[in-house]
Amino acid sequence: MTSAEPAEKLLTPVLSASWDDSRPWTLATYRRHHGYEGLKAALAMPPDDVIALVKDAGLRGRGGAGFPTGMKWQFIPQNDGKPHYLVVNADESEPGTCKDIPLLFANPHVLIEGMIIASYAIRCDHAFIYLRGEVVPVLRRLHAAVAEAYEAGLLGRNILGSGIDLDITVHAGAGAYICGEETALLDSLEGRRGQPRLRPPFPAIAGLYACPTVVNNVESIASVPPILARGKEWFKGLGTEKSPGFTLYSLSGHVTNPGQYEAPLGITLRQLLDLSGGVRAGHRLKFWTPGGSSTPMFTDEHLDVPLDYEGVGAAGSMLGTKALQVFDETTCVVRAVTRWTEFYAHESCGKCTPCREGTYWLVQLLKRIEAGEGVDGDLEKLLDIADNINGKSFCALGDGAASPIVSSLQHFRAEYEQHLAERRCPFDPAASTVWADGPRPGHQSATEREVHA
Amino acid sequence: MTNVELGLPALPAKPYPEEVHARLAADAEELIGRYPVARSALLPLLHLVQAEEGFVSPTGIRFCAEQLDLTTAEVTAVATFYTMYRRRPAGKYHVGVCTNTLCAVLGGDQIFEELQEHLGIRNNETTADGEISIEHIECNAACDYAPVVMVNWEFFDDQTPESAKRLVDDLRAGREVCPTRGARLCEFKETARILAGFPDERPGANDESGAGGAPSLAGLRLARGETLPGTGGTKVVSPRHEGAAEPRHEGTAEPRHEGAAEARHEGTAEPRHEGAAERPGQEGTEA
Repeated sequence: MTSAEPAEKLLTPVLSASWDDSRPWTLATYRRHHGYEGLKAALAMPPDDVIALVKDAGLRGRGGAGFPTGMKWQFIPQNDGKPHYLVVNADESEPGTCKDIPLLFANPHVLIEGMIIASYAIRCDHAFIYLRGEVVPVLRRLHAAVAEAYEAGLLGRNILGSGIDLDITVHAGAGAYICGEETALLDSLEGRRGQPRLRPPFPAIAGLYACPTVVNNVESIASVPPILARGKEWFKGLGTEKSPGFTLYSLSGHVTNPGQYEAPLGITLRQLLDLSGGVRAGHRLKFWTPGGSSTPMFTDEHLDVPLDYEGVGAAGSMLGTKALQVFDETTCVVRAVTRWTEFYAHESCGKCTPCREGTYWLVQLLKRIEAGEGVDGDLEKLLDIADNINGKSFCALGDGAASPIVSSLQHFRAEYEQHLAERRCPFDPAASTVWADGPRPGHQSATEREVHA
Repeated sequence: MTNVELGLPALPAKPYPEEVHARLAADAEELIGRYPVARSALLPLLHLVQAEEGFVSPTGIRFCAEQLDLTTAEVTAVATFYTMYRRRPAGKYHVGVCTNTLCAVLGGDQIFEELQEHLGIRNNETTADGEISIEHIECNAACDYAPVVMVNWEFFDDQTPESAKRLVDDLRAGREVCPTRGARLCEFKETARILAGFPDERPGANDESGAGGAPSLAGLRLARGETLPGTGGTKVVSPRHEGAAEPRHEGTAEPRHEGAAEARHEGTAEPRHEGAAERPGQEGTEA
């Protein structure tokens, strides 16, 4: 921050507002925080008006792509005689992304309320939560919250006397990043290997069981009840014109206070670092991701990029999941990119050749560069393979795999060349650990932490 | 003709003993009933057979196939796609160390190395006593708590090599271990049953460990006017149209009143017991 800027910064806890209250995962606490009031407002309106409201509010998908949520709902054909389904994508697995899991752990009811509203809007009587399997604490809370909602008459037959029925099935996945891709998720939910489908037809026409289906991210659906309860003007008053509203920014890595920061869209990393204590003491920012590992990385030149869909896009990356992973100068960018690439190779579903073969070869090249065994032409080969994956693979996983490689070579080519020239990695991994400089200032003992839990 | 040993299980696999089969078939029926199309229950059924045997055996695959009218080849194709299904018996406590980039850089690599050395086993191996198996895992959506270790898919946040070694020592010694986020550890098979879709029935389990640690609450605390460690008193204001004079207005820092004081008290003093007394509707099946 330059000294000319004011010290005040914006934060807008909405979804996170109840997290420090007593047992915020219960229905009773949620109701104290105006829980299920958005649902009452929705049920008093015709379903099409609910769709229009969400569309007018300008809510855009919080899972990565940023597609307008209301428009997704509007694509569902009505009076077609087929069942309609709502599937919530809770398969949060994009490296760096950690917003839906803490949200569901602290307040699962906000998702359930959003699901009832969305189901009412699209005329669906059976909705699913596809939760990644590796988060049992969240699964436990979802099981309990759904049971509570049934007992309270918020799910099941004739919800709140409205004549509307809705069942919610909580479904645990079994470990596969690709299932976060919406059509792979649908195949997985149908009991198959999670491999992406050819589109069109899009899920809105032929989704789950070939019926019209809306697939929305957890945070997108959870953002709906506050819009219903407080109105679209309130929502549009937050954020920017084309990216209205609030969102969860997840700060992680070499920072003083990693965590969840709910703010209006358009805040900058500089502002978030200013208010949260900055990069860890004695170090400086080297590179960061605006929205997970699949979004091209940024450097300290991008500290003032507004973190909304347009701002990040204009700067050459994507808002993605707002997973702000911060790495300081002790981090070897080649090591970071190699690890991400190993992840994509491991998680490639194998369906299409560019991704399956390309990610494999990228790993081979990167590993030898990192080990100081790279040869002339390796960097060109990396870019060539990345180019053969990007835009040519079946789904966005392949594009994501190319992002860290292309962007890191754009910003840190000299560091790759140093690995080649010196025939070794010039970094000490021990210097990057959280315990390298002693306990971090923001670090609290478990006992102390419970005080705020 | 010579018999070539391929190391493949003899087919058809043996069925479960009658009593086990009957019990699992009743569970399977309930799971299948939750979906409009039976095959959707395949992932839950695979978790279910894993809860029975600790891994997905040829017998388990045969069971799933019979329940859903699929071939064992079809079930095997699905079971081998997903990393959470084990293909051989493993530890009572499954330890996963995140070594995706962020956790790895922050210390996950060192934790994983030291743990392997400490236990005398490598990736995807199990200790001789059958207590601990270890694996390096991908991002588990807890980067703000890095480096992260999972045991039976419960969160152990902010780990160090020392804390991780202490953790596995405690597990092997049979001491009760509580995650930073999640409930007292149960055995892997019991975890698999929750994953199949049968809620944790241990009293109070759902209320254990609070709503999240300091990272989950970081932004909220700033918005409440509290100071985070190392921030030196940053001033946070409400959005432009909410009136700067009243930062505690709806939507910004709302529930500071009533509940909050008592909430702090309740949720803090004894978060591990508090829930046990007043646990609401926990037993119901989820759908």
